Amino acid sequence: MLRVDKLMVGYDSVPVIFDVSFTVEEGELISIVGSNGAGKTTILRTISGLLKPFSGTIEFMGKRIDKLPAHQIVKLGIAHVPEGRHVFGKMSVRDNLLMGAYTIDDPNEVKRLLDEMYELFPKLAEREDQKAETMSGGEQQMLAIARALMAKPKLLLVDEMSLGLMPLMVDKVLETLKEVNEKKGVTILMVEQKVQEALEIADRGYILQTGRIVAEGTGKELLESDLVKKAYLGM
Amino acid sequence: MMFLQVVLTGVLVGSVYSLVAVGLTLVWGLMDIINFAHGDMMMISMYTVFWLYTLLKFDPFVSLPISAGITALLGIVIYKLVIKRVVNAPGLMALLATFGLSLFIRNFAQFLWTPNYRFVGESILSGKRILIADIVIGLPQLIAALGSILMTLLIALFIKRTKTGKAIQATAQSRDIAELMGVNTEKVYAVTFALSGICVGVAGTLLSGIFPVYPEAGAMYGLLAFVIVALGGFGNIWGAFYAGILIGLTEALGGFYLGTQFKYALAFLIYLLVLQFRPKGLFGW
Repeated sequence: MLRVDKLMVGYDSVPVIFDVSFTVEEGELISIVGSNGAGKTTILRTISGLLKPFSGTIEFMGKRIDKLPAHQIVKLGIAHVPEGRHVFGKMSVRDNLLMGAYTIDDPNEVKRLLDEMYELFPKLAEREDQKAETMSGGEQQMLAIARALMAKPKLLLVDEMSLGLMPLMVDKVLETLKEVNEKKGVTILMVEQKVQEALEIADRGYILQTGRIVAEGTGKELLESDLVKKAYLGM
Repeated sequence: MMFLQVVLTGVLVGSVYSLVAVGLTLVWGLMDIINFAHGDMMMISMYTVFWLYTLLKFDPFVSLPISAGITALLGIVIYKLVIKRVVNAPGLMALLATFGLSLFIRNFAQFLWTPNYRFVGESILSGKRILIADIVIGLPQLIAALGSILMTLLIALFIKRTKTGKAIQATAQSRDIAELMGVNTEKVYAVTFALSGICVGVAGTLLSGIFPVYPEAGAMYGLLAFVIVALGGFGNIWGAFYAGILIGLTEALGGFYLGTQFKYALAFLIYLLVLQFRPKGLFGW
C-alpha cells in the first residue's frame, strides 16, 4: 500500500533521514519506534507532503506521491494525526471535525461521519460546542484522531500520540487505534517513543536510530531482540 | 444637541474606518502581514467609480459591484505577484515589499491621472439629508456607514459560517495542519486578499461621493486602518469594528472641541497610549 524507498530528507539541506526504506501493507498496523530526535516525525511529514524529499521515492497505492502538495495527498486517502495533537484550539470541537472532512463534498456523508465519530468518541459529542483548546490533552488527542478519521483515510499516520499523556490515557488511545485498525480496516502507520507499548500492538515494526532503520520484524520479534531489550527497555 | 450631532458624525465616519480596517486585519490575522498598500487599493476603487461616472455616467451605487470586483482582483494580483514571494520570509521583508508597493501604486496613479482632486459630481444621494429633531444627517454619509456595517457583518458571517471561512480560520491557526486537512492554503491566501480588496473596494465606493478622488486619497485611511487594527487586536474582526467607531468618535469629538487640526493627532495619541499599556489592543486576546 505504502512503499518508501531510499528516502533522504531533512531541513534546509541538512539531512536527518538517510536511505530509509520500508513498506506498509493494507490492513497492517505498523510502528516505527525510536528515541527523541531519531527522525520519526520527519518521516511522517514527508509522507504527507509537508516536507519534500532530497532523494528517494514514496509510492501510495502504486502512485508516486513525493512531489504532490500536502492538500492533494489527503484526497488520495492519507490522513495525518500530527505530533502534539495540534487541534484548531480556537474552533469548536464540531468545527475541528468538519475541517477533517474538508475534502468530502457530500454533506450527507459528512453528517454520517460526524455521527460515527461521536459514537466512537462519546466525549467529543458532549463537548461539540466547546473550544478545542479548553479540553484536556487526552481529549484533544482523541479529537485529533477523530478529525483525521473524518477524511475517510485508507492510511492513518499517527505521530507520537503518547506525548504529554498520562500512561492510563496512552493505553486508552492505543486501544482506540487498535479498534480503528481492526474494526474499520484502516491501515495505520504510527511513530512512537514508547517502544514497548507501540511494538506490543503492532503487526510489524521498524527501529529508527539517528535517521537510519537498524532493525525490522514483527512486533513480537523486535520486543524479544537484544537490540530493543538493551537500548530501549533497559533489560 | 450639538454634542449628539458630533457623536453621530463620529460614528458614521468610524463605521467606514471599520470596514477598511476589517480588510487589513483579515490579512494580518491570516498571514501576519501588514499590507501598507491597503489604503492605495481603496484609492483605486475611488478612481474606478470616478471614471465610470465621468465616462459612462454610472451612478456610484451602480459601480459598486464593479469597483469592488476590481479591488478584489487587485488583491489577488498583489498576492500572487508580491506577497506570495515574501510570506515565508522574515517579517521585515513583507513590510518593505508592501510599502514599496504602496509607493508604486500611488505614483502610478499620479502618472496616469495627475495629482489633481477630482469629484464624482452627481449621485442619486448627493445633497440629500435627513433632519431628526435638530440633528442633520447627510444621506451619503448615512448610506456609507450602513453599507460599511452591513459589509463588515457579511465578512464576519462568511468567516464564521462558510466552509471557505472555516478554512481561513484553520489556516490562520496553523498553515501546516490546514494543509493536512486538504486545504489548499495558497488559495486561502488569495481568497483572503480578495476579501480584503472587497472591503476597501466597498469603502472606497461609498466614500467617493463624499470626498475628492486623488492619488493620496487612500493614504490616511490606510494609516488609520493600521491604528484601528492595532487597537482592536490584530486579526480580530469585531475588535477592528469597535476600534474603528472609537477612532471615528475621537476624531469627531476632538476635532469639534479642540479644533480640526488636532483630530488625527488625537487618534494617533490613543494608538500610542494603547500600545504602551495594552500592546495586544483593547480587544485582543
